[in-house]
Amino acid sequence: MKIHEYQAKAILAGYGVPVPKGEVIFDAKDAAAVAQRLGGGTVVVKAQIHAGGRGKGGGVKVVPGPDEARAAAEKILGMNLVTYQTGLSGQMVRRVLIEQGLKITRELYLGIVLDRSTERLVLMVSSEGGVEIEKVAEETPEKIHKEFIHPGIGLNSFQTRKLAFALGLQGAQVAAASRMMTALYNAFVATDASLLEINPLIVTEDGSLLALDAKMNFDDNAMFRHADFKELRDVSEEAPLEVEASKYSLNYIKLDGTIGCMVNGAGLAMATMDIIKLAGGEPANFLDVGGGANAEQIKNAFRILMADTAVKAVLINIFGGILRCDILAEGLIAAVKDLGVRVPIVIRMEGTNVEQGKQMLKQSGLNFTTADDMADAAKKVVAAAK
Amino acid sequence: MAVLIDKHTRLMVQGITGREGTFHAKAAAAYGTNVVGGVTPGKGGTTHEGWPVFNTVADCVKATGANASVIFVPPPGGADAILEAADAGLPLAVCITEGIPTLDMMRAFAAIRGSKTRVIGPNCPGLITAGQAKAGIIPGNIVKEGRVGIVSKSGTLTYEAIHQLTRNGLGQTTCIGIGGDPLIGTSFIDALSLFAGDPQTEAVVMIGEIGGNAEQDAASWIKAVFKKPVVGFIAGQTAPPGRRMGHAGAIIAGGKGTAAEKMAALAAAGVTVVKSPADIGTAVMNLLGTRP
Repeated sequence: MKIHEYQAKAILAGYGVPVPKGEVIFDAKDAAAVAQRLGGGTVVVKAQIHAGGRGKGGGVKVVPGPDEARAAAEKILGMNLVTYQTGLSGQMVRRVLIEQGLKITRELYLGIVLDRSTERLVLMVSSEGGVEIEKVAEETPEKIHKEFIHPGIGLNSFQTRKLAFALGLQGAQVAAASRMMTALYNAFVATDASLLEINPLIVTEDGSLLALDAKMNFDDNAMFRHADFKELRDVSEEAPLEVEASKYSLNYIKLDGTIGCMVNGAGLAMATMDIIKLAGGEPANFLDVGGGANAEQIKNAFRILMADTAVKAVLINIFGGILRCDILAEGLIAAVKDLGVRVPIVIRMEGTNVEQGKQMLKQSGLNFTTADDMADAAKKVVAAAK
Repeated sequence: MAVLIDKHTRLMVQGITGREGTFHAKAAAAYGTNVVGGVTPGKGGTTHEGWPVFNTVADCVKATGANASVIFVPPPGGADAILEAADAGLPLAVCITEGIPTLDMMRAFAAIRGSKTRVIGPNCPGLITAGQAKAGIIPGNIVKEGRVGIVSKSGTLTYEAIHQLTRNGLGQTTCIGIGGDPLIGTSFIDALSLFAGDPQTEAVVMIGEIGGNAEQDAASWIKAVFKKPVVGFIAGQTAPPGRRMGHAGAIIAGGKGTAAEKMAALAAAGVTVVKSPADIGTAVMNLLGTRP
């Protein structure tokens, strides 16, 4: 799960991470009052969307006072912000964060992620803040410093000191940086985060360290112990069909092609997209109905596929293990009778009770095309979509 | 011969009285697996479908001589169940559960690594040794005794590979679903080293997917030491970056973990990489020839 910058900062502040003073607004008319409360001087007006690269896209403005804050908020709220992460379609800005302006002397980077090969969290810092860390890793990997954290022991003081010194911090800043790293690690673990990035972590003219930006993602699998995070979800940041699919525990990701696909199992679903592409088509989505899908889920999945107007043909690829082919056929026939079909449907099924399932599809009188294997199915669905 | 499980395996089930546990305990027994009992805390002393139920894994091991466990418990208790299996000294714990929090597994593996317990999964279909035994959810009816080992991050895509090898007559030795989570107990390299020591396994099918670099690590290892022919497929060649494709571990992050880089690494290691999942069976046939 992704959250907004202002939400991440509020969470981190609760763990003792220093963040700039600021407030989020949904309406530009509130901008001046917030700027006034922040001292009436320079403020930063920042678009809140779930994508990086907001500054370059025109979503972040530094302005001298309350009146200008309102003008900037009017411009940014409602704009369609296009960044390297949003894709060309961009993302509508519905919230802006107004923060105190700060005099910055250094921009650093700090991130915590899981390192799969060591099976530990890794705390990474770099003196090159404010730019994409992937770029730093590519061009000047020596500028990234890492400490791996033993889950049983936690983050040690010597590790935070090593990183602070590696960043060239001095005097009281070393202790401040260590405290901040410990607070960030504690926040990461306590909230079941999957990613935490402070980019940039700034040093101000008066020597303070603050998290000027904050990006936090959470482990969806751990949300059962964070019921309070539900309200942090902003569904307007997600594709509407993906939100709909999530209500039925369907794994659906919207893509740009014209061939809808419905598959059981994530690996087979990816492989189905791949074989569509190899056959000369473009997948319209990723859709995994899961290993134990029932007739109701098949129907909901089918409805979501049909709701995508770009879909010109559908490929259903099911390898029945626990999900029996006759149950699938029954669900499909019911769904098609109920919802109607506007596009050709190619079905490939294999596994438990496959002959029975095929027979049911044939006898339904509905216009299904059946395929013998994955390659045959891909060829048929690509032809049908043309 | 086979790896990890065979007809001598004494399998217990953690979560045996649950819906999934019951269903798959019966399916395993029907396949010929020696299922000896199970655990559901609070139901110790009862029997379920004819099997003795215990409160703890240690009790079950002591009473039944179980030497492998298959875990079907809900995600919040998944890591704990694995730790309990390790605490009881079981050499093999196969965790089917999908959705265990990553940090839970990180802590569990920190405790288990270096112990005598091998973990398969979590978030995996388990494993099956053709004609002998199964621990997990791979359908027994598609498997045929034969010559090829399978190691895969995916469930149904593994079934697809099994099906192709059954259809072309090559059959399988052991099929291991290692799981689609970011942290898993048994890696590609672990599974391949087992197949290296199994004379019956003449070739291996390795099915990876986007995310992480386990496939690249395996490629280096194969190049250095693995002598048997390998056919590789990587799912997610068309997956968009930054999106989690169903499996918790299947995500291209920061431009890393793409199918293209994995396929290139495997090809450079001498693996026969197929672009299409429909070509897996044929590729193995081409490598092994048609000799019986």
